[in-house]
Amino acid sequence: MDNPASRRIFAVMTHHTDILIVGGGLNGAALALALSQTGLTSVLLDAAPRVAMTTPGFDGRSYALALSSVRLLRNLGLWSRLARDAQPIREIRVSDGRAGEGPLSPFFLQFDSAAIDESAADGAMGQMVEDRHLRAALMEAVAADPRINARFDAVVAAQSGDAHSAQVTLTDGHVITARLLVGADGRRSGTADRAGIKRTGWDYGQTAMVCAIGHDRAHNGIAHQFFMPPGPLAILPLTGNRSSIVWSETHANAAAFNALPEDAYLAMLRPRFGDFLGEIRLAGARYTYPLTLTLANSFVAARLALVGDAAHGIHPIAGQGLNAGLRDVAALADVLEQARARGEDIGAADVLARYQQWRRFETTALAVTTDLTNRLFSNDNPLLRAVRDIGMGVVNATGPLKRALQREAAGVRGDLPRLMRG
Amino acid sequence: MQASTGTVDAAEVAKFEAMAAEWWDPTGKFKPLHMMNPVRLDYITRQIAGEFDRDLTGPAPFAGLRILDIGCGGGLLSEPMARLGATVVGADAAPRNIPVARIHAEKSGLTIDYRHTTAEAMAAAGEQFDVVLNMEVVEHVSDPLAYLTACRQLLRPGGLHLCSTINRNAKSYLMAIIGAEHVMRWLPKGTHDWTKFITPEELFDLMSRAGLDPVDRKGYVFNPVSWSWSISDRDLSVNYVTASIQRG
Repeated sequence: MDNPASRRIFAVMTHHTDILIVGGGLNGAALALALSQTGLTSVLLDAAPRVAMTTPGFDGRSYALALSSVRLLRNLGLWSRLARDAQPIREIRVSDGRAGEGPLSPFFLQFDSAAIDESAADGAMGQMVEDRHLRAALMEAVAADPRINARFDAVVAAQSGDAHSAQVTLTDGHVITARLLVGADGRRSGTADRAGIKRTGWDYGQTAMVCAIGHDRAHNGIAHQFFMPPGPLAILPLTGNRSSIVWSETHANAAAFNALPEDAYLAMLRPRFGDFLGEIRLAGARYTYPLTLTLANSFVAARLALVGDAAHGIHPIAGQGLNAGLRDVAALADVLEQARARGEDIGAADVLARYQQWRRFETTALAVTTDLTNRLFSNDNPLLRAVRDIGMGVVNATGPLKRALQREAAGVRGDLPRLMRG
Repeated sequence: MQASTGTVDAAEVAKFEAMAAEWWDPTGKFKPLHMMNPVRLDYITRQIAGEFDRDLTGPAPFAGLRILDIGCGGGLLSEPMARLGATVVGADAAPRNIPVARIHAEKSGLTIDYRHTTAEAMAAAGEQFDVVLNMEVVEHVSDPLAYLTACRQLLRPGGLHLCSTINRNAKSYLMAIIGAEHVMRWLPKGTHDWTKFITPEELFDLMSRAGLDPVDRKGYVFNPVSWSWSISDRDLSVNYVTASIQRG
């Protein structure tokens, strides 16, 4: 006890920043911008080197942004810039399919933007945005914001949180103190690990293959989701005659398909969704993501909150991963803004408990629903196929149920954070 | 404030630190206060911002305001006021609360003038404030009129007096005495004497006689489903809060 540090108890702790965000990806950057709007300062750390400010070529990665996510980006002042490169999703068709048979089963669910009243003005249910555009818009806004101090090549060596502040030591010896530490560092979040937060998770036995394709015929802004026995296949419209493919197969199949040369890969893909888009070709790199679901046992700890995949990695079956992360961002910004206006300590346990109460329930519900959907549809049992075909026909014919599903997918149901309201 | 903490011995400091941790543990002994604090702060901050034309979204909205927190305890209201930029005096009649509140404020990087004193003594000394926070105190004093008169004397002309207490009726007996003290054990038995509870009409009358013009009253309502408190315009049946202005 008798070391000089223990005598510092009466020294006034000077915080370098209000909030220290570990992980400078999409969620971390969006959070720093949202907090800046409420007057809070942040340091944004990323282990990777600074990304180039010029927009790179298309790498095949894109996101299906729910309406609520589009609103968040609009409220952060980014949408006017993103809109010109975004493809509105005007309709979503969900159908049952079997490899080689194409998508056209007699029953299918059809969602269009007219049913979500909030979207009527935009005429879209969501927006497809390429990763390169979204990342560049966020990074530019971060660099221009005087309340955000972004540091790259910054690797965390140690972290701690007590009743009064959070402290992080970088591998280069720098020490940063903050009122609140936020872990936005993804599925294998070191921030969560260092805080002793355990994760529950399981492997779906599937791998998602992601790529972009060019095609001869117009997609008309229609997104398709085909449920096939090996896993779902999503075709999401990009600008021009291009679409993004999320194709899930068993680990073994995916490894085999991914190892194929381009023409053989396309030959495997083509029969899975028929020829309604005409000739197809690859338009970017191919990616694979093993499908696992992880859920942090707690979203908060002393002076710490987790957002995005650090808190929950959700099966990307409905493109809800980034949308759920942005919802964390908006909810946390809301909670902290209210706490700040009341004069509360923004990193206090009772303030963080409000964020946890808001998001952990919603996220768990989403994870369970997504998981059940996948289990029901990734099956070739003829009885289940009949049940789900009839089920989809029933849902399609039932206005209120369909509208509820649709509003859920658009992210406009539930307790909406201020930044996600229209 | 630096001087007095500097003279207490290490064992005393350790004891006060433990007590501060207890005061500030949202799930501990003072859980009911922590649960109520967000709505109390919502009311207080909005009333002050409205009265003194301050923007709560800006930096240090209460800068330049001198605020007195009577019955400050561990500083659950004093600290937020200081964080919003106010110059804060926290007064408590219980001597042991003072070093506890001081230690916590210092560790939070806040400057707050905590004193072991009473409203009457400060009024006699001629102290003046823009705002007096008089939260959950009036139901514990022996002479409410004399006490409220001291609160009025502590305010500059046009100053804001925010006072909360507990209504006196069958429901408040059930909720505040039976519920909070006997069933939930939120408060130690004997914390409240029901006969000292004051109805909003009685409080308004007392404040008017003390030279404070009542301008607002709201209820604090506990919702057992969401397990949280909210502010109500109509339901003042148990906990309620009032705003009044020093007549000048």
